Amino acid sequence: MSTFLGMPYAPRGVGHLRGEEPFPVAARAALADTQLRRNLGKATRTIRAKRAAVVAELPDWEELRAAGEAIKQHTLAHLDAYLEQLESQVTAHGGTVHWARDANEANRIVTGLVRDTGAAEAVKVKSIVTDEIGLNEALAAAGITAHETDLAELIVQLGHDRPSHILVPAIHRNRAEIREIFLREMPGVDPGLTDTPAALTEAARLHLRRRFLSARVGISGANFAIAETGTLCVVESEGNGRMCLTLPDTLITVMGIEKVIPSWRDLEVFLQLLPRSSTGERMNPYTSMWTGVTPGDGPQRFHLVLLDNGRTAALADPAGRPALHCIRCSACLNVCPVYERTGGHAYGSVYPGPIGAVLSPQLTGVEDNASLPYASTLCGACYDVCPVRIDIPSILVHLRARHVEEAAQARRVPSAEAVAMAAASWVMASPARYAAAQRAGRAGRGLRRGGRIVRLPPPLSAWTAARDAPAPPARTFREWWRQEHGDPDARG
Amino acid sequence: MRIALFVTCLADGLFPQVGQATVRLLERLGHEVTFPQAQTCCGQMHTNTGYLREALPLVRRYVAVFEDYEVVVVPSGSCTGSVRHQHAMVARRFGDEALARRAEAVAARTYELSELLVDVLGVEDVGAYYPHRVTYHPTCHSLRLLRVGDRPLRLLRQVAGIDLVELPDAEVCCGFGGTFAVKNAAVSTAMLADKMRSVLATGAEVCTAGDSSCLMHIGGGLSRLNAGTATVHLAEILASTQDSR
Repeated sequence: MSTFLGMPYAPRGVGHLRGEEPFPVAARAALADTQLRRNLGKATRTIRAKRAAVVAELPDWEELRAAGEAIKQHTLAHLDAYLEQLESQVTAHGGTVHWARDANEANRIVTGLVRDTGAAEAVKVKSIVTDEIGLNEALAAAGITAHETDLAELIVQLGHDRPSHILVPAIHRNRAEIREIFLREMPGVDPGLTDTPAALTEAARLHLRRRFLSARVGISGANFAIAETGTLCVVESEGNGRMCLTLPDTLITVMGIEKVIPSWRDLEVFLQLLPRSSTGERMNPYTSMWTGVTPGDGPQRFHLVLLDNGRTAALADPAGRPALHCIRCSACLNVCPVYERTGGHAYGSVYPGPIGAVLSPQLTGVEDNASLPYASTLCGACYDVCPVRIDIPSILVHLRARHVEEAAQARRVPSAEAVAMAAASWVMASPARYAAAQRAGRAGRGLRRGGRIVRLPPPLSAWTAARDAPAPPARTFREWWRQEHGDPDARG
Repeated sequence: MRIALFVTCLADGLFPQVGQATVRLLERLGHEVTFPQAQTCCGQMHTNTGYLREALPLVRRYVAVFEDYEVVVVPSGSCTGSVRHQHAMVARRFGDEALARRAEAVAARTYELSELLVDVLGVEDVGAYYPHRVTYHPTCHSLRLLRVGDRPLRLLRQVAGIDLVELPDAEVCCGFGGTFAVKNAAVSTAMLADKMRSVLATGAEVCTAGDSSCLMHIGGGLSRLNAGTATVHLAEILASTQDSR
C-alpha cells in the first residue's frame, strides 16, 4: 500500500479549490442550462479543431510530449534543489523571494507587500494560482482593489462570476451576455455598445488603458521559472500581461512550486507544447520574460512568492504526482465529453475538467473533493491530448482507490456501495457462487416487458430513469456451453 | 489454434449470444475454442470504482485460470484493457510482485476479438454475410487503451451484404463509464443523448461495437425511445452467414 507522509493540504475556508455541492448535483444544474450547453459546445469544438490542426503539423509531436514529461519528472525529483537555485538567482538579480506554505500565508505576504507600497489598487495578469488562493478577496479585505486585465478575467470579475476554464475563464459566456455585463458594470461605457468582438474588445481596451497607466503595483502568476538564471516567464495573447509586467513600479509574482524548470533549453520544449495545446496557435502573441530587476527599466521592485498549498502532499504520492506536471494548457478540458456538457463551475474548483479532477483532490485531500475523481468515464481522451503525457485516467482510478480506503478507515459502518462491492467480489471469486448468483438474477426476468426492463430498484433506478436494461436470458453462456460441450473443461 | 475464451461476466450473464457468436466464428475459421469454466470476472468494475482490494481476488483468479493457455480471446475492449493495463497494477498495490509478473505474462497473450482476428490469426475476411445498414461505434477502451485502430472496420468492410455507414463524432464516449452511468447519471444521459443523435443520423438499423457494456448503454437508450435501431456486438455480425439466416 502507498504511504503518505502527512504533508499539509490546502487549508479550508480560503481560496477556490472546493465546491459547495458534489459534482453530480452541480452538474445537473449546468446540464439544464441550454445557453451554457450551446456556448460550451461551440467554443470547445472550435478550439479542438484548431489544436488538432497545429499539432498535426509537427512530425516530432510525440517526441516533444515525451521530452516535456521527462523534464517535469526530473524537475519534480529534484524540486528542492531547483527551487533553491531559483531563489538564489532571483535574489542575485535584485528580486526578493518569499516562501508561502499555503493560501493564507501567500495572501498575507502579498497583502503586506502591496500595503508597503501605499497603493490602494493593483493590476493583475491572468493567473489561476491567485484565483486558487482567493487573493482578490484577501486584498479587498485589506482595502486594496485588484483589477483583472485579461479580457476573460475582466468579464468574470465584472460579472461577479467565477472562472470556468483554465485558458478561457469566461468560456461559459457568449457575446450577447458579455455586452450586457459591460453595459451594466463598466464605468463610462458607451451605451450604444454592440456585441461584435471588435466593439467589445475596444470597450475593454479603453477601460483597461486607464488602469495600466495609473497602476503602481502589478500582480502576476507564472507559466515557467527558469532555475539556472532566475528568469520568470508569462505567455499570453492580449498584451495586457506585458503592460502589467512592465508599467508598474512593483511587480509581485505568485507561483506554484511545480512551475520551476531547470534551464532555458527546457523552456524551448514547453514553448512548443503549450501554445499548440492551449490556444491552437503555433506561438502565442506575447511571451514576457524577466530576471530580477533592471535599473531604470520596468519594475524596480520584484517579489516572487513560491506557493505550496498542498503541492508537496501531491508530490509525496508517487501515483498522483504526475498531476504536478501540468502546464495549464487546458487541452484536456476541451476534449473532455464531461466538461463539454457541464462546464467548469460544476467542478467547484478553479481547476476544472480532467486535470482539475486529479489536481484539486490532491491539493485539498481527497475527502474534500471526493466526487471529482468519479467525474469521468475514463474515456482517455484527456491522456491522448496532454502535452506532458499525464495519464489522467490512471490517476483518477488511483484517487478513487484512495477515497475508498480513506472512507473505509473513517467509517465504522461500511457504506452500502462498499458492502455491494465486497459481496460482488466474494461472489465472483468463486465460479460456483457466481453461477448460483446468475441463477438468482434470473428472477429479474420477471421484471421484463417485451424483452427489456424499464424499471429497477435503487441504485440501478438511476440507470432505468433514462435507459432500458436488458432482461436476463433464459440460459447464461456457461449454461449453454455446458449443455453443448458436456462436462466442465478438464483444465478449467 | 487452440483459443481460450474469456467471455466476460457481462456477456456470460446478460448477453450469452455474444459468447456463442465468438465460439461459432472462431470454430468456423478452423480453430478450437475452449471455455475454462472456473473463470468469472476481470474485476474492472471494482478497480475502476476504487475497490482495488476487492479486485485483487478476481485478478488472482483470472491469472490462475488463463495462465496455462497460449492465447486468450475476449469479446470486449474494456475487459481486455483491464487485464492488460490494470491487473499488474492491482497486484503491485498490495505488494504481490510475483502475481504482477504472472499477470503481465497472461495479459501479453490476452487479445480483444478484432486484435486476435487481424493480428494473430491474420484474417480480415471472415466469410460473414449481414445484409443490414450498420454503423460502428469505436469504444473508448478499444480505441485509446488497446489502440485497435481500424481493425474492427477492416473486418466489417469484408462482410458480404453489409451497408456500412460512418458514425459522426464516432470517437466521443457514449457516457457509460461503468458505475459513472449511475453515479453521474445526468451527465451520462447527456452524453448518451448526443451519441444516439449521431447513431440515428446515420439511418442505420444496427449500431455495432466491440463492447457489450457500451452497447448495453446505447441500446438501452435507443430501446427506451423505441428508436428502431438495434445494438449488435461485432462478434455477432462476424459470426453471421448465409446459412445462419
